[in-house]
Amino acid sequence: MSRLNLRKNWLYIPLIGLTIFYLIPMYLILVTGFKSFDEIDLQTMWQLPQGIAFDNYIEAYNQLAPYLKNSFKLVIPAALISSILGSINGFVLSKWKFRGADIIFPFILFGMFIPYQSIIIPLVQFMSAAGLTGLWGLGIAHIIYGLPITTLTFRNYYASLPQELLEAAKIDGASMLGIYRHILLPISIPSFVVVLIWQFTSAWNDFLFAVILTGNTEWPITVALNNMAGSQIISWNVQMAGSLIAALPTLLVYIFLGRYFLRGLMAGSLKG
Amino acid sequence: MFKNKDKYLSVILVSPSILAILIFVYGFIAWSIRVSLSKWKGLNPDFTWAGFENYVNLFYDPRFHIDIRNTVIFTLVFVLGSLILGFLMAVMLDQGLRGEGFFRSIFLFPMAISYIVTGVVWRWLMNPAEGSRMSGLNLLFTSLNLDFLVNEWYTTPYWGIAAIALAAIWQMSGYTMALYLAGLRAVPGELREAARIDGASEVEIYRRIILPILTPVTLGVLIILGHTSLKVFDLIIAVAGKQLSLDVPAIYMWQTTFDGLFYARGAAIGILLLISVAVLIIPYIRYTTKMETEL
Repeated sequence: MSRLNLRKNWLYIPLIGLTIFYLIPMYLILVTGFKSFDEIDLQTMWQLPQGIAFDNYIEAYNQLAPYLKNSFKLVIPAALISSILGSINGFVLSKWKFRGADIIFPFILFGMFIPYQSIIIPLVQFMSAAGLTGLWGLGIAHIIYGLPITTLTFRNYYASLPQELLEAAKIDGASMLGIYRHILLPISIPSFVVVLIWQFTSAWNDFLFAVILTGNTEWPITVALNNMAGSQIISWNVQMAGSLIAALPTLLVYIFLGRYFLRGLMAGSLKG
Repeated sequence: MFKNKDKYLSVILVSPSILAILIFVYGFIAWSIRVSLSKWKGLNPDFTWAGFENYVNLFYDPRFHIDIRNTVIFTLVFVLGSLILGFLMAVMLDQGLRGEGFFRSIFLFPMAISYIVTGVVWRWLMNPAEGSRMSGLNLLFTSLNLDFLVNEWYTTPYWGIAAIALAAIWQMSGYTMALYLAGLRAVPGELREAARIDGASEVEIYRRIILPILTPVTLGVLIILGHTSLKVFDLIIAVAGKQLSLDVPAIYMWQTTFDGLFYARGAAIGILLLISVAVLIIPYIRYTTKMETEL
């Protein structure tokens, strides 16, 4: 066994090579971000900073702060609401099925794969006719188009629970809502974490809905960052610092709750 | 079995969600189809019947030809690259090496980042400037004496879109790895042991036993990656903005609709995108939900 392991040690060479490939962009973001304004020169972009300076981050933060706030204002309620709705849907579609529930489910699923270009014209018209412009409309779009995956994740989880769990409570005279509230909800916390993280990440990272549904005072961070990067006046070092600021919330979630993030990814490929 | 009251309650509880999906997915698709069959051009809706005119025009539209070419190149490079890289990473991480968790976290972290952030960074990494203004990876290659790797990246004529696919591989190959790793973990250990006792080499075991078992995973990966590449949009915008040489259907739709006000044409592109995605996804959904009922 140990000889076999020793033989496998050469695998560290490609693995470390790949690690460098995945970390190169992060390296560039970090070293550039911590350089002072005098050190910024494309010729020396790969060199380590001479000291730790925060010029770039302060500058990028000053420019992005309002949009960062928009993103938080948008993403947190949207993630919460679509998770709660998904939990209720998942409960009904797995444990309290009505006739046709199994037929409806694939039609709900399809909604998570559609290219949004195919619904964006009606969406814009609908939202403006309903007076739901800006962050409100964007939030509603994230909630509704998030429903398929939140429903799927909860449905898979509840379906894996034994039916006896419910039967016993039913015999004791518990109502449907009672069973949901007192039996399923308390053990759904891990699934809520998975779904909340997933919804937080995908709404935070969304660009298409945001760029079409919001105007310049209500842009979330992705649209603001893209415009910052496209502008000729803002130098690349500030763009790099801005990238880190825009990526930090979801990166922190990934670093601290990676296990749950992975489960969300798996659910997104319909692999439970 | 259920109390009647609860049966109605269950329908009432899910009906807002079902109604929302009915309107926002299926109703809007129908509405888009109607727009795609109209003459709507300009700010005010115009539902004058045009038949399939918008689709026929796209068929002869040189820009749409570029879009299809770019989508094909992007899909080939991105799907094959992610598939091969993801599979190899999964196999390496399945060998029980120390530090497996560390490598897995590193390979997967780009999935937590937006395409916009990835695009902004890769735009600088793939900077095509030459001579004294050289920067990014080209500068790195030169300083490492790897000049043969210096290239024009996304400004390369015809193949520029492949550079964008490289950034997409960076972002998505970890996801492919995770799917394969989950598949590998489900292969029973006895199967490998038996093959080893029969004298099969490690490579043979993977080729003849494990790869065939993983066929459903490969199919799933192909469909997920394939449909992602049909929808590619933000990444290109963040790397290069709106350039004709890097145009894809999703960008053409956005630009022609919201900048050019050619609503009918934009809707037609959106519907064509939907059809191409549906061809991949509908069989996949049917397959996975059928598997479930058979279990």
